Amino acid sequence: MVGKDCVAIACDLRLGMQALTISNNFPKVFQYGDVFLGLTGLATDVNTVSDLFRYKTNMYRLREERSIAPRTMANLVSSSLYERRFGPYFVSPVVAGLDPKTSKPFICGFDSIGCIDFAKDFIVSGTASDQLFGICEGLWEADLEPDDLFETISQALLNATDRDALSGWGAHVYIIEKDKVTKRLLKGRQD
Amino acid sequence: MPGFDFSNYNRNAALHAQGMPLPKATSTGTTIVGCIFDGGVVVRFSAIPLRPSMNLFPHPIKPPLSMIAADTRATSGPIVADKNCEKLHYIAPQIWCAGAGTAADTEFTTALISSQLELHAMSTGRKPRVVTCMTMLKQHLFRYQGHIGAYLVVAGVDPTGTHLFTVHAHGSTDKLPYVTMGSGSLAAMSVFESKWKAELTQEEAVELASEAILAGIWNDLGSGSNVDVAVITPEKTTLKRNLIKPNEKVPKQQSYKFARGTTAVLNEKIIKKSEIGRYVSVQEVPLESDKMEVDS
Repeated sequence: MVGKDCVAIACDLRLGMQALTISNNFPKVFQYGDVFLGLTGLATDVNTVSDLFRYKTNMYRLREERSIAPRTMANLVSSSLYERRFGPYFVSPVVAGLDPKTSKPFICGFDSIGCIDFAKDFIVSGTASDQLFGICEGLWEADLEPDDLFETISQALLNATDRDALSGWGAHVYIIEKDKVTKRLLKGRQD
Repeated sequence: MPGFDFSNYNRNAALHAQGMPLPKATSTGTTIVGCIFDGGVVVRFSAIPLRPSMNLFPHPIKPPLSMIAADTRATSGPIVADKNCEKLHYIAPQIWCAGAGTAADTEFTTALISSQLELHAMSTGRKPRVVTCMTMLKQHLFRYQGHIGAYLVVAGVDPTGTHLFTVHAHGSTDKLPYVTMGSGSLAAMSVFESKWKAELTQEEAVELASEAILAGIWNDLGSGSNVDVAVITPEKTTLKRNLIKPNEKVPKQQSYKFARGTTAVLNEKIIKKSEIGRYVSVQEVPLESDKMEVDS
């Protein structure tokens, strides 16, 4: 979600096999320098893809001697996914971060074959995406301060996951500002 | 040629056989149109006296102009994935392409051909031609037997004149004065069929294409939101992004902000940029450092 000079990215913590919950501590948001990547979908691919982008962003940093920018990351994710057009990873990623030059918020989402969805407001993905679309469309407003953005994204995620049997079990929320990142662990239903 | 990686293909087929649903790709579920018009100032062919000798060399008239237009909705099944996406793709300064079908395919196919065409233009030292673009697109798409789901409208101006084509995912092409594609193509074509004529000014042509797109926006569920138009003349290309916005969100009359402290937090960690030195060590390297010792 985009706020005023800040962005937020959040995920639930469940790992499950259909209706059976395997773990309640499986974060889906990964940090690469100043850029954040959220990955929903098949857990094995979440692991593979997160490791793949850790490798790619590290190589980028060595080559360019700077951290990857969110927009560059978006194109990297997009082309990496499209390379597997006919054998895709079962993930739908979300990229969030602040532009290193202008400090403008940047968020975007992808389908599993790398089509970028640039949004000015919010991006949702995962099994609760239908619920999240509705609640974010209702709750999100422009220019939220970091503290208000935290409440909005947290309530959106918590309430959407409560109406999805396959999501929940706590949540991680990152509020990304120009000079600091705040990571919070939310209390969520454990059923 | 991109060269796709098929290493997950067998795994995905096995997973699908075990009942795992394949992921949904974003589709543009689209109304896209293109049309050729004369710009309203040319001497018409029909006005030329019907003498055979004259017909061999028609008057040096201004070439016709072309334009393409699209709606801005992207869908994922029944869900509207993007309310304001861009479906008019740049290929060359004077060649533009409207894409329908699988969104990622239209995006990457046009980008690939755009890149190849730019290199081709540099190696030949000429402006790229629309037929070249169309041929490269159709040969690429035919090679993939329709699995690359890109349905395109290609329009542009080159040294040989103004051209308008459609390219289907299986590799077939059409060359027509007015074309429509995507799920809203029937709605849009009904407008063209009843109102299109060659003698149109630029304003009239933009109006007509917008009306065709609007027919798709209102009558086709896969299309929606705004109208984008690109007008290509021999002088310049004008991209009119969101020319018509008939579906603007009504501003909320109340704020739905939560009071701070609503959400229960179990743990909080703040990482400040200024304190990042605690986590990484930075070593300054002197510019004129001592030469490295080497055996020689």
